[in-house]
Amino acid sequence: MAYIQVPDHVPGIRSLVLFSPETGKHLYDLAQALLRGNSILSAAEKELIAAYVSNRNNCLFCMSSHAAAARCLYGDAAAVVDQVLDNMTQASISEKLKALLHIAGQTQQSGLAVTENDIQFARKSGATDEEIHDAVLISATFSMFNRYVDGLNSFTPTDPAEYVPMGIRMAEKGYVPPTAPVAQ
Amino acid sequence: MRSMAYIQLNNQLPGITGLLENRPDTGDPIRALTQILLRGPNTLTELERELIATLVSYKNQCRFCTSAHAATVIALGGSAELLNQVYNDLDNAAVSDKMKALLVIAGKVQQLGTAVTPENVAAAKAQGASDKEIHDTVLIAALFCLYNRYVDGLGTYRPEDPAYYEKLASRLITVGYTRPREGITVTGEASFH
Repeated sequence: MAYIQVPDHVPGIRSLVLFSPETGKHLYDLAQALLRGNSILSAAEKELIAAYVSNRNNCLFCMSSHAAAARCLYGDAAAVVDQVLDNMTQASISEKLKALLHIAGQTQQSGLAVTENDIQFARKSGATDEEIHDAVLISATFSMFNRYVDGLNSFTPTDPAEYVPMGIRMAEKGYVPPTAPVAQ
Repeated sequence: MRSMAYIQLNNQLPGITGLLENRPDTGDPIRALTQILLRGPNTLTELERELIATLVSYKNQCRFCTSAHAATVIALGGSAELLNQVYNDLDNAAVSDKMKALLVIAGKVQQLGTAVTPENVAAAKAQGASDKEIHDTVLIAALFCLYNRYVDGLGTYRPEDPAYYEKLASRLITVGYTRPREGITVTGEASFH
């Protein structure tokens, strides 16, 4: 049970946004701009960074839901999502994306853990300033979301099947704040 | 020390200000969220909410954010002594027992969301903390885990002059966290750059 009085049976961030819609609106606007805005990185790659960081923060809800969204957006190449979660350095992804995931992993530990060498390595792999910015901000943003979701002990389904429709919704509709508890 | 961030920005502004001005697409919702959390109607005072922000920034060793929010705490009537107590000796700090319990929760959130225990929350409720106060404490602490990583992860410029932070604190109190209508220029608070 969540630590505060939120609607029953509504999972994760959605229950918190129903408790506090005035802050939730801006949280969803940020997620939409960051993960669905025009950028060099694809929505699939950005969801993958979000899932990777959430996994490192041990946030089962965010990891499961963003991995589901990333699998959906990767389509035929969905296997890379589980490869990255299992062992990023061995995954079948570009060197550039590995360098950006490395920066996201450093940011997840602490902003101070990102070094000039990490940035230079990403540049040599072809990353632009915009992509480096997005990797850092996605990691920082999920370091917030993960703490919000787990710090209030929000409801986290444990059956992976429950995240499949969530991933489809996130891939197709993006980040639209919930307005009422979803009837089961 | 570096005078430029790791990436090219569209301005010369230091710390978080340069990042938010560089990317209004993400900067605007971050600013709006901060404004409602730290300046919106609340049973926690602005000083109490700034203390949460400062403690988390201090624990994350983010010198830009710690300097900025410490200056804001002091400008709102706090003191360097109060901050030192909150950082190092919370049990004996000159804050209410409810605030002590909320600051313990904020410290746990800084480590990781799963570090917050039912006992931490029960202790805050026993001191009269409401669900909204607990919610806002967790979200403010989480938001500063975002800010601190954004500011340091991109290696932003950090002014050394304390006068810079006093000027910034003055804006955070009089204008708040929304973008000033006239914008932020290098001839304003960033003139120390």
